[in-house]
Amino acid sequence: MAGDRAAQLVDAVRSAAADEQPLRLLGAGSKVPAAEAGHALQVDENRGVVDYQPEELVLTARGGTPLAEIQALLHQSRQQLPFEPPMIGGRGTLGGAVATGWSGPGRPWRGAVRDAVLGVEMINGLGERLTFGGQVMKNVAGYDLSRLQVGAWGSLGILLSISVRVTPEAHAERTCQLECAAAEALSRMRAWARAHSPITATCFEGGVLSARLSGMAESVAAAAERIGGEQVPDSTLWRDLRDRALPVFASQDGDGQRLWQIHCAPAAELPPDACLVEWSGARRWWRTDARVEDVRAYAEQAGGVALPAGAAPRFDSPHMARLKRAFDPQGLFNPHLNDAHPPQ
Amino acid sequence: MNESKVLQELQRALPTGRLITEPAAMRPYETDGLTAIREMPWAVALPGTEDEVREVLAVCLEHEVPVVPRGAGTGLSGGARPVQGGLVLGLSKLNQILEVDVDNCTARVQPGVRNLAISEAVAEHGLYYAPDPSSQLACSIGGNVAENSGGVHCLKYGLTVHNVIGLKVRTIEGDVLELGGKGLDYPGYDLLALLCGSEGMLGVVTEVTVRLLPEAPQKVVLLAAFSTLESAAGAVSRIIGEGVTPAGLELMDQLTLRAAEDFAGAGYPKDAAAILLCELDGDATEARALQRYAVRLFEEEGAYDVQQAESAEQRERLWAGRKAAFPAVGRIAPDYYCMDGTIPRASLVEVLRGISELSERYGLVVGNVFHAGDGNLHPLILYDANQEGQIELAEGLGREILELCVGVGGTVTGEHGVGVEKLTPMCAQFNAAELAQFERVKEAFDPARLMNPGKAIPTLTRCAEYGGMHVHGGELPFPNLDRF
Ligand SMILES: Cc1cc2nc3c(=O)[nH]c(=O)nc-3n(C[C@H](O)[C@H](O)[C@H](O)COP(=O)(O)OP(=O)(O)OC[C@H]3O[C@@H](n4cnc5c(N)ncnc54)[C@H](O)[C@@H]3O)c2cc1C
Repeated sequence: MAGDRAAQLVDAVRSAAADEQPLRLLGAGSKVPAAEAGHALQVDENRGVVDYQPEELVLTARGGTPLAEIQALLHQSRQQLPFEPPMIGGRGTLGGAVATGWSGPGRPWRGAVRDAVLGVEMINGLGERLTFGGQVMKNVAGYDLSRLQVGAWGSLGILLSISVRVTPEAHAERTCQLECAAAEALSRMRAWARAHSPITATCFEGGVLSARLSGMAESVAAAAERIGGEQVPDSTLWRDLRDRALPVFASQDGDGQRLWQIHCAPAAELPPDACLVEWSGARRWWRTDARVEDVRAYAEQAGGVALPAGAAPRFDSPHMARLKRAFDPQGLFNPHLNDAHPPQ
Repeated sequence: MNESKVLQELQRALPTGRLITEPAAMRPYETDGLTAIREMPWAVALPGTEDEVREVLAVCLEHEVPVVPRGAGTGLSGGARPVQGGLVLGLSKLNQILEVDVDNCTARVQPGVRNLAISEAVAEHGLYYAPDPSSQLACSIGGNVAENSGGVHCLKYGLTVHNVIGLKVRTIEGDVLELGGKGLDYPGYDLLALLCGSEGMLGVVTEVTVRLLPEAPQKVVLLAAFSTLESAAGAVSRIIGEGVTPAGLELMDQLTLRAAEDFAGAGYPKDAAAILLCELDGDATEARALQRYAVRLFEEEGAYDVQQAESAEQRERLWAGRKAAFPAVGRIAPDYYCMDGTIPRASLVEVLRGISELSERYGLVVGNVFHAGDGNLHPLILYDANQEGQIELAEGLGREILELCVGVGGTVTGEHGVGVEKLTPMCAQFNAAELAQFERVKEAFDPARLMNPGKAIPTLTRCAEYGGMHVHGGELPFPNLDRF
């Protein structure tokens, strides 16, 4: 079948295993630049939608399928990926979206990438093709090894194909924008979180608080009245936020300035200087020249963690190292991510 | 093993009265909600603090005593059933709500807290914990995590895994895993998702942080009656596909709705081939708009009668029949066996037909009442345990139903777990390499294999034997069914 490179990828893994040659898995290069790669294995040629039945609200596609292609296909049936994966520079593959586990602006309402993943077919470090999960909404047969792949950055195996739950597009959508100070924006976000409403995204940046409303036309209109501010019908804000195309993401790190991504308790106090706040407060993007220890200390007292924006995490706790060995005993896949505890 | 020495050590780890060894006192722990399968535990420990859990586990590790964690014992697949010579680690005394954080909409609780107790504790703030298994009055949040339990409202608000944001887990080796927190995403392997549904085989859940949602101010329940099963199934697909996600969407077939009506007097039309119960919620405008939309849609799909319940009293009346469905069906026959397969919605009609053919072949009546919105079937097989051979017949029929589910791309369990009950059907769903991968994952957390041994993941030997008996279109012991 065109686009099916599973057999070649299995061969590549088996010869890497025989040669004890670690592999760096590369997708479309939107999130991990090719220059970083050592012995690169290009996985994005394994592509194509395998199965999509709009009435089932499930799509199965090979890991290398471009997100743009998937979105265009879904849009024909007025459906979408609920987790709104970033398409940085318009690029990105489904496998990359799942491997990084980066969720978009609707995360608290529409769920994370892992919430939408129903099943995967993968190659483990033994060169075996394995299927976990499936195409159904509820499945507790065996450990949930498909959700475990989300955010694992390919370090547990190559994702050959992934089944995800998709959702219908909203009947109506609009954005409300209010000018206010940061602290007030956060307290409004928290108040919204405590009442039922059609809000499906919130964002505060540069003195403007924005809320996306999606649902039935009448209720979107009524909620927009309640929220007040300026109404914008087709805001590009959410797409730009999703794709990390807003100015705050664009400016370069330098002069001691660095962009941090902070996941924390949503109501926790904001950092001392300006930052972008989304997810009702649960994710913050903070560009600062504060010392690394101070940023980490801030995140910790806010009940969370700070990561340099765009960086891959390290899977270095003892149990993560053991899990790595359970899938990839020779440490073939992206071994730099598990550096602290190299597989023995 | 020097039994009395081990018992002494356990005794030392626990307050007086919290180690049970008297057979009569252990009887309640012999089984869980799947009462057909029993086993006397060697001993039962009821720790009241995390430190006691740690010490009990340390004793068990040292003396290689298998440990079966147990919440409220309502599981339906034998997950908490004791294992021979093993300790039952009852977590019901760890029952404190540690923190309700209204600003962050979270609650941090001990594993023995009952599911419903969380919602009750936060109701004054207009919040609730969404996953609502029918057993929510009794079942524990620790058990919910271990089974990744669902409920009627999971269609819109997600399963346990979608609503738990933090876990504290104690491994048999004594390590503490602190997973997640009050935020939404934390970097690293998603051990929290892995623990959800792991059936007590990887570690003991000692603390759970859940996210709380605001109560919807407006709710409406619709009852749509159909004269054919096909049209009811068609309406299910369409309403989900059009983005009117109901809070709950349940289907009852004729046998079940009649039994429920006789039992509860909910006002169900007894001539219907199938009914759908559909709950819609939101703020007042949203709920209204959804209601209008859904009523029109049901009519277009051939519903010949649509009842609309808006007041709390009317809504409860319509739900009463659904809630009474299991006991109501239980009145038709002395025993029933509840299955839990999940299938793609498009296969609903095909599978329900298949089930009715199997039912005729086996000569056992099967009622269907299930979470239609997510394709999670609960066929109820009626039998009489006092008649010789009927249990075996019911089990055989159940197994064939699950194979039917796997055959259309579904799964052998949607929410009740594998436990000891579905070990054999698991062989139809996973091949040898996949089962071996499960085993290696288990080893990463429990190298001594003491946590709930013999549950959830079948051994290769078992599957080989099973494969010899059931051959699906080939003579391989692991028929490679197409699952994608
Ligand atoms: C009438 C009835 C209706 C039901 N309805 C539903 C329903 O609608 N949806 C649904 O999903 N289920 C339902 N169930 C099944 C059952 O209630 C759920 O599986 C529930 O989550 C089990 O919780 P429990 O506390 O009783 O766990 P138990 O039965 O005690 O244990 C279940 C499993 O969890 C493990 N476990 C328990 N506590 C811990 C812990 N702290 N750490 C690690 N492992 C642990 C056990 O070892 C076992 O494997 C129903 C059961 C009954 C009897």
